[in-house]
Amino acid sequence: MIRPALPRWLVVPAGFAAVFLAAPLIAMFGRVDWLRLPTLLSSPAAVDALWLSLRTCLASTVLCLVLGLPLALVLARSRGRWATAGRVLASLPMVLPPVVAGLALLVALGRRAWLGRHLSAFGMDLAFTTAAVVVAQTFVAMPYLVVSVEGALRSAHENYEIVAATLGASPTTILQRVTLPLAGPAIASGTALAFARALGEFGATLTFAGSLQGTTRTLPLEIYLARESDTDTAIALSLVLLVIAAGLIAVTSVFSRVKGTAS
Amino acid sequence: MIRTLVALTALAVLSGCAPGATPSPTPSTELVVYAGSSLSDTYTSLGKSFEAAHPGVTVKFSFDGSSELVDQLKQGAPADVFASADRPNMDKATAADLIAGSPSLFAMNTLTIIVPKGNPAGITGLDSSLDGRKLVVCGDGVPCGTVTTKLAKLLGATLKPVSQETKVTDVRAKVESGQADAGVVYVTDAKASGTKVDTIAIKNADLVKNEYLVGVVATSKNSNLASQFVALVTGSEGQKVLSGAGFVLS
Repeated sequence: MIRPALPRWLVVPAGFAAVFLAAPLIAMFGRVDWLRLPTLLSSPAAVDALWLSLRTCLASTVLCLVLGLPLALVLARSRGRWATAGRVLASLPMVLPPVVAGLALLVALGRRAWLGRHLSAFGMDLAFTTAAVVVAQTFVAMPYLVVSVEGALRSAHENYEIVAATLGASPTTILQRVTLPLAGPAIASGTALAFARALGEFGATLTFAGSLQGTTRTLPLEIYLARESDTDTAIALSLVLLVIAAGLIAVTSVFSRVKGTAS
Repeated sequence: MIRTLVALTALAVLSGCAPGATPSPTPSTELVVYAGSSLSDTYTSLGKSFEAAHPGVTVKFSFDGSSELVDQLKQGAPADVFASADRPNMDKATAADLIAGSPSLFAMNTLTIIVPKGNPAGITGLDSSLDGRKLVVCGDGVPCGTVTTKLAKLLGATLKPVSQETKVTDVRAKVESGQADAGVVYVTDAKASGTKVDTIAIKNADLVKNEYLVGVVATSKNSNLASQFVALVTGSEGQKVLSGAGFVLS
């Protein structure tokens, strides 16, 4: 049952860790008002928040793919100081406290900020719009895609690309036929991770985009507000978030297993 | 088998210690005060003078949203004094038998408009000058939002906010940074924002007053000391500090 290489006593701290992680989540299931769950989840505020979250997360995940995938490819095939700097920069939003991410966005893209002023001049005022939510989500979620795809690309597969090149394939053909298919599982799990991170985005949205039902108040913001007055709704919505997140993590672990057998 | 056993033991250990999980033995000379966030400046300075008048006593504060504090008290948080930033939350606390005796009203707060320095959007009050402008208010469900909605209704004003924040400090931050053209906050918040904002008074703002109540927590082990702190807040020294911060006296 336990592999001989692993000391048996290890299961004690491991067991504690598992209980520590699982207990609060299980406790929340116990607090859900199951009878009123459908009513709680069908209130206009809850439906708006859920719908807005799904829409914005889809948009930001697409943005993460469109922009993050090329960045991951370039970083994976770059060497030297600048590549290292790029890697650090690309993963920085991952470890920033969300409020700091929100402040950084505000300083760059706010109405009074240098970039924001120029955008406003073109009639693109991000302040308090749904677009601002997508920007905040993309900012915090893209690193997850970049890091997982870049890691997968760097750890393997270069030989196949070299072979393809010696056989006369153009760089674009190699990308389409060799690199991307091989990185497929990593791209899929990175995308799911980015979506999950975007879904959970809270601090940057609150700081940068504001909170208005149907426009900027995503699921986590609605939970935060509901908590002030109606704990049952907050817990019901948390349950929805938990189930979606669990599904996404399950998807990523399935894909990382696929990757494991492939390489 | 072993794995299951370990998991079960761990569960038993954890659940065994859960109910009595109120550690940190409070020495008799420590007074713990739970107070609404908007009281942080005034209460901190009152705490200092309380310590000066009671040698050997340390006053510790936990400032947070009043409803969060009530939740924490319900979970058995070891507090001696609770000061709520509105009546509904103090009612919740008294309904749950968390307060010894009846709480006392010690201050009130009214609303005002704040705008970025220089008032670039030309706001004149809760009126048509707000049309098409980026107005930020507190959301329904949080005390300052409830008061805002009530006042707007009484004044016959229709507010079309671009954002309904969960905390009054978030409204302040959005006006101070110039993201919003105007925000509705408490007079005390406007004062705390200082020179970063301009204040536009709302006509008849005193129609709706937010009430602040303070009481001794029922489970307090220092109830005598806690009563003295309440007396300081409701007494002349406390009232002087509070009115200096913009609170309306009861």
